[in-house]
Amino acid sequence: MSRGFQGRRREEGDSGRVPPGQYLVDDFPVLSAGPTPHTPLEEWTFTISGEVAEPKTWTWEEFRALPSETITKDIHCVTKWSKLDTVWEGVSVDTLLAEVEHDAAYVVAFCDGGYTTNLPLEDVSDGKAWIAFGYDGEPLDPEHGGPARLLVPHLYFWKSAKWVRGLRLSDHDEPGFWEALGYHMYGDPWREQRYWGD
Amino acid sequence: MAGAAVLGRLTWQLCEVAELVEETPQVKTLVLGAPDWPGHRAGQHVDVRLTAEDGYQAQRSYSIASAPEEGRLALTVERLADGEVSPYLADVLVVGDKLELRGPIGGYFVWDGEEGGPVLLVGGGSGVVPLMAMARHHAALGNGTPMRLLYSAKRLDDVIYRKELEELAARGDGFEAFFTLTRDQPEGWQGFGRRVDRALLAKVGWPAADDPHAFVCGPTGFVEAVASALVESGLSPGRIKTERFGPTGG
Repeated sequence: MSRGFQGRRREEGDSGRVPPGQYLVDDFPVLSAGPTPHTPLEEWTFTISGEVAEPKTWTWEEFRALPSETITKDIHCVTKWSKLDTVWEGVSVDTLLAEVEHDAAYVVAFCDGGYTTNLPLEDVSDGKAWIAFGYDGEPLDPEHGGPARLLVPHLYFWKSAKWVRGLRLSDHDEPGFWEALGYHMYGDPWREQRYWGD
Repeated sequence: MAGAAVLGRLTWQLCEVAELVEETPQVKTLVLGAPDWPGHRAGQHVDVRLTAEDGYQAQRSYSIASAPEEGRLALTVERLADGEVSPYLADVLVVGDKLELRGPIGGYFVWDGEEGGPVLLVGGGSGVVPLMAMARHHAALGNGTPMRLLYSAKRLDDVIYRKELEELAARGDGFEAFFTLTRDQPEGWQGFGRRVDRALLAKVGWPAADDPHAFVCGPTGFVEAVASALVESGLSPGRIKTERFGPTGG
């Protein structure tokens, strides 16, 4: 017990939507480990590589020609903020994975700037993940990962890698950038899996 | 990774508040007794957890201000007007109270002192806190690594650790401190009086050819502007490490 701490209870209606240890924000905080990269769209590609029969690469134009959808989701950052009803535009990862032959169980998302993050394949399948290029009706701001970021809203937001350039498929799970530095391999906000051993 | 604290399970521990230091009207340092502290690296942070009588809990992250060598754990907290946790830490907490925390957390925005090459620290507002841990670590190491701090604050009254930074700079062991006040400069002010931009970084920082390590911490707009300016001036993006320290955080 913290002597004299009252705290600020959240509104009743939202209480089932905010995972343990999180608080709500209205703004959209920015977290990055380094400078924001600015890759010109004509140089941008998205690649599925690794343990696949044949790697597949899309140019920006090809990627944007794929069917996309509007996604409204709550997001939860490991630094404790959560934001409700964020609205994104993106291509389902299912659409991209359908283009390669594989029997992988894990993926590593790789990004401009060298960032990586690991996920089980099933967490980016069946309508659970997108490559998002729009936010709130606008092109995705570079600060927030534009031109495109991974969006995996059911896991802590560091898994939704900014400036994503592809997925490397594998039959085993290997830690990404933050996962090698003490952050949880899976990162389920509802089980408060922030760090190793959580 | 030399000097890495052992990365195991991070358990919550109760620490007693040993001392409270009023750094500025808005900023306090909490000095904690942490007998089970596993050690940390300069630049890391902790999670603090408060629990109300009815079991309600709130968590926030705070940067560690003390050097790894110090036998104390110091957190420096800025009171945010509409915050939930920082007003409690700054106004309610007294010496002898217990505070629950776990850490250390974060292994990227860290300076161990064995990286080689000059170091540029750029801090905006309370973003100076993890950089202070690096400056204190630098003094404790005493290996003469060239290190420069460029610290941007609104007014002189908002400058945290000013006296200690000036003392560290006076040691002549490679550490230098530069201040810029963006809103008000007192009469006779000898430091800078402008926002941090490419020209100011060129004046204070190291040439790209020296391949410096840069650590930038502050509010989002500050970090974006400084990191971009450093990239434009030719620093390798992989040498620029950033951390956000903004009003969001409560």
